[in-house]
Amino acid sequence: MLTDFGRILIFFIVGIIFTAGGLITSWLLRPKRPYPAKLSSYECGEEATGDSRIQFNIRFYIIALIFVVFEVEVVLLFPWALVFKEFGMFAFIEMLIFLFILIVGYMYVWKKKDLEWDVPQPKNW
Amino acid sequence: MITLHHFLFVSIILFGLGVYAVLTRRNAVMVLMGIELILNAANLNFVAFSRYGGLKLDGQMFALFVIILAAAEAAVALAIILNIYQRFNTINVDDVDTLKE
Amino acid sequence: MFLQLFDIIFYFFATVTLISAGIVVFSKNIVRSAFSLVFTFFGIAGLYVLLNADFVAVAQLFVYVGGILVLLLFAVMLTQKISNLQMKITTLHPIIAIILVASLIGVLCGIVRMNDWRIITISEIPQSTAQSIGKALITTHILPFEIISVILLVAIIGAAMLARKSEKKS
Repeated sequence: MLTDFGRILIFFIVGIIFTAGGLITSWLLRPKRPYPAKLSSYECGEEATGDSRIQFNIRFYIIALIFVVFEVEVVLLFPWALVFKEFGMFAFIEMLIFLFILIVGYMYVWKKKDLEWDVPQPKNW
Repeated sequence: MITLHHFLFVSIILFGLGVYAVLTRRNAVMVLMGIELILNAANLNFVAFSRYGGLKLDGQMFALFVIILAAAEAAVALAIILNIYQRFNTINVDDVDTLKE
Repeated sequence: MFLQLFDIIFYFFATVTLISAGIVVFSKNIVRSAFSLVFTFFGIAGLYVLLNADFVAVAQLFVYVGGILVLLLFAVMLTQKISNLQMKITTLHPIIAIILVASLIGVLCGIVRMNDWRIITISEIPQSTAQSIGKALITTHILPFEIISVILLVAIIGAAMLARKSEKKS
């Protein structure tokens, strides 16, 4: 009766009930006495200055981009691994070609030093 | 009873919302989000026809390839948007209209 | 009873998808739109599961939620001026756009309603599509499969080059 995804659905519903139940009961039970010092964000005792949204380094974007491309590769590896035994050598060589072409891209970003994180060194060390 | 029609209607409304985002938004990232909605609507159509049209797996394979191409497209498009931002200091698609400096 | 459960789940996921897509499109705050897109993709993955496309659903969650959305949020964070997260100005007047989109939706709905779709009912429901997709990738769809690796190679080289260029400029 219950399919594989039926189980996931039950897991999902239980997860929602569990989190929502916890939040709602604590909301009902807790005392509510807010004052400005309590509402300020906790920064290890420091006064928080500026905005929480800052512009960060574009290098993070390059890493994320490489991650996405190889994630797509992993998505394609899963169904291949399931039928690998059935097809044997042919499937192996096919995947080898696929991986080789992607590894060229990996070598490119490695060679161009996109993966390296040069920490700025202080001048007078 | 849910039939093919219900899935098609969901996909049509999704498509309409995507088109609306592409038509009205000036922010290039927002335009890209609209395009993602349109691609998802098309994908939903593929999978729905694959299920109800007896196409077996072909529709699902198409959807899978579209998802993968969307990843490649988003990576390149966002890199282009970053470049535009560095050059023009804006990502309003209306302001970026020079072909040459 | 089983069919009713199917209906309830369908309406749940369809509502999640459409409401969150509406927030994506109509929200004034771009970060809010990007986070709302998570729920759109999630709802669509649920609809895929209802359509017996479990592997496509998993790929959707993997690639869209885990990958593309991260990239989108990165781009939002990298290109917004810090105080300027609101975006009010539009290219086309919203009312004209709404009329256009409404007529588009109307025409498409009309086409769907008028057409007499030939629906083939599947007698036996396959347990898992991942295995058959793997088989198809190795046999019938082998050429698209290999070409995808070339496209990913082109994407990684092109995008890394463009991003590096803008890194040097900044």
